[in-house]
Amino acid sequence: MSQSYDRGLVEDFGRWKEFSAGMWAWIFHKFTGWVLVGYLFTHIAVLSSAIGVDPGGSAAASETDAYTTTLQGLESLFVVRVLEVGLLAVAVFHILNGLRLLMVDLGVGLEAQDKSFYASLVLTGAIVVASVPTFMSGVSV
Amino acid sequence: MAERYSSFAPGGTNWLLQRITAAFLVVVLAFHFFLLHFWNHAYEVTFLGTNARMETPAYFVTMWLFLVTATFHGVNGVYNALVNQGLDGTQKTVVKGVLVLAGLALIVQGTRVAIAMAGGIA
Repeated sequence: MSQSYDRGLVEDFGRWKEFSAGMWAWIFHKFTGWVLVGYLFTHIAVLSSAIGVDPGGSAAASETDAYTTTLQGLESLFVVRVLEVGLLAVAVFHILNGLRLLMVDLGVGLEAQDKSFYASLVLTGAIVVASVPTFMSGVSV
Repeated sequence: MAERYSSFAPGGTNWLLQRITAAFLVVVLAFHFFLLHFWNHAYEVTFLGTNARMETPAYFVTMWLFLVTATFHGVNGVYNALVNQGLDGTQKTVVKGVLVLAGLALIVQGTRVAIAMAGGIA
């Protein structure tokens, strides 16, 4: 059975100085979730450039079709690469904290839920920093 | 601080579906990022490369399920976040309707994109 405890209103952001690790995890999960769902709609909009491209046509063969030029055009922009690194950070945190939430839901390791939040942050930072060279290759300001 | 806390009323269908889609998305989102940024590079993506991947039935099905589960998880998450913020009454009904329509529209458009990528007519 589930239990509840009086954490105070996490929706009352003015209390942020009083927030515990679990409340910060909750807020970060919401924020990254909003970013990811916003990106999902944008992503499908951009990929819609694939509609109407003929796989057997000369444009696809010469890589001058709408899809290839749209994606490669976006990838040639420095700001897009920076945003991609930001997206990676947001996605990795949401995945790691999501795993943490699945554990919390299953009641596994509840006593370490604050430590696992800090671990999610540190691991996100490490993965993002390690990924920067890959994400920024072949582009300049 | 070891009590259970969740944003969702536990036990409901949406609560369970949010968890099931989460478990699926953890794996597929990580796979998607790895495949298209590390194995292949995003700046080298071409239509024919995408077409080759999407012509593989298992990959097509995985990506379509990725679309559907991500849409549900995202839209349901937004709805629950708004309910947590105090959304209620008529506003709640209207927002729910708008989110359901937006989610369905995204799945329809995403399916058209997937079919086009696989070389079909969309």
